[in-house]
Amino acid sequence: MNIYVCVKQVPDTETKIKLNADASGIDPAGIKWVLSPFDEIAVEEALRLKEKNAGSTVAVVSAGPSRVVEAIRTALAMGADTGIHVDLPENADTFMAAKAIAGALKKESKVDVIFTGKEAIDDGAAQVSQLIAESMEIPCVTVAVAIEYGAGTAKVKREIEGGAFEIVETTLPAVIAGQKGLNEPRYATLPNIMKAKKKEVKALKAADVGVSASDQKIRFKGYQLPPPKQAGKKIAGDAATQAKELVRLLHEEAKVV
Amino acid sequence: MAKVFIIAEHRDGRLKKSTFELIGAASAAGNETHAVLLGEGVAGLANELAHYGAQHVHVIENPGLKFYSTEAYTKAVTEVLKANNPEIVLASHTPTGRDFMPRVAARLGVGLASDCTQLKFEGSNLNVRRPVYAGKAMVEVEFLGSGPRLATVRPNALGAPKADTSKTAAVKNVTVELGSLKTKVLEIVKGSSARPDVTEASVVVSGGRSLKSADGFKMLEELADVLGAAVGASRAAVDAGFRPHGDQVGQTGKVVSPSLYIACGISGAIQHLAGMRTSKVIVAINTDPEAPIFQVADYGIVGDLFAVVPALKEELKKVKEH
Repeated sequence: MNIYVCVKQVPDTETKIKLNADASGIDPAGIKWVLSPFDEIAVEEALRLKEKNAGSTVAVVSAGPSRVVEAIRTALAMGADTGIHVDLPENADTFMAAKAIAGALKKESKVDVIFTGKEAIDDGAAQVSQLIAESMEIPCVTVAVAIEYGAGTAKVKREIEGGAFEIVETTLPAVIAGQKGLNEPRYATLPNIMKAKKKEVKALKAADVGVSASDQKIRFKGYQLPPPKQAGKKIAGDAATQAKELVRLLHEEAKVV
Repeated sequence: MAKVFIIAEHRDGRLKKSTFELIGAASAAGNETHAVLLGEGVAGLANELAHYGAQHVHVIENPGLKFYSTEAYTKAVTEVLKANNPEIVLASHTPTGRDFMPRVAARLGVGLASDCTQLKFEGSNLNVRRPVYAGKAMVEVEFLGSGPRLATVRPNALGAPKADTSKTAAVKNVTVELGSLKTKVLEIVKGSSARPDVTEASVVVSGGRSLKSADGFKMLEELADVLGAAVGASRAAVDAGFRPHGDQVGQTGKVVSPSLYIACGISGAIQHLAGMRTSKVIVAINTDPEAPIFQVADYGIVGDLFAVVPALKEELKKVKEH
């Protein structure tokens, strides 16, 4: 099978976000960039499918500035075979990114399945998986927690709401967006990290995949940091006193119960 | 004033509060407010949409819409929008809204602002702000080019409007041909409880690893039942296997914004705080007075949650009974 995984590079969750001088974006200094956690799940799913199907390959695709090649290398170190990097500007939106990735995939000879993470943890838009599918005119199943593969089909258990799940049958190729619980991503071993440095990463320009500036549909501006929270009230006393006082405050002051 | 279309959501035969929030906001700003209602046997819900301010309700009844499916919803919603040319389209950033709205946007060839927490209607334009980096920063989303402005809005962000049962709407039945679909919903596996989803609940009771076991969460479930709340969990509690992944609150789980968030035995790692800091009122119960969660808490209790939570449940029962 020809298996594809789309990944994004994002600031690590422990990163403290600071703004640049004119508040047009974040200050890149001091950011630790990582492979987005839900994309690790997508890479793992691709590797497991490859291991079950002899002769399969896993290719990792990412669109963004040159730094995102590091995220591709991380996926290669986990065990993916090759990479594709589409060079896009730093502020590319979800639409441009999806068109670029779909454009790169359309250049491939055969695509059997595409894995993604259910969302990236930076903008949390949860758009690109569906937009890639739209661009390629194939189905997309999001928030997948279990996948059973058939002949040219997949049965996907997807999380809906309030702890409920839906079993969806889809034709392949399809985009399947992974959620936590689908698998436990493996760690890259040192020998594999070394090997990953030598694996091929194809470099494409935006124009190679038919992307131009007009493919950007939205732009983020006017960045602000959330206002610091005022110190709250500490409630003293024994458990019974604390509980009583808290309920009084929630009822009379905050008016939320 | 703009022509605003709102995609209504319902679950188990009841409209969602998040839908009323959108209708209320659009209508309060003086817009021509339309609601789109999709499903099977849902026409009876149209009146309630009117009570919150919908002047027009477009009802699409189809057996193919009995269960939510991305493909069917995308097709039906896109057709209605193309036939009516609204200037603004809103849906809730729920598991449903976040799934189909990107596909609708793609078919209309326009942008989509996801997970917005502030909306301002400016003539036919929409000014929205949203959190990024799970709330570590806020941005304004600028729509480029022409065409309708599409946004999904975080539940609980706008505040619930009051119903006026004297209001009525013009109801229009719309027929949509769904055609052949590549995906099929085979089965719905119900959750173990009737609790609201953690992303949509007005109250969330959340627990950390100090609950010690999956059994420890029973105490939080009982508290949640008194409040009609959803139960959330920290990454540590989920990784320890105490709760399902779907309950995880935080940057690598779900981002929530309830009216009241009660954090029990959660120390407050950056990635957890990012996922709940936009909650209106935050209560923290923790034995460690230095825990970072107290920096964002409006009310803090330094104490043993195994003593405080049961006491809290009893006190809340008294208030709820009055």
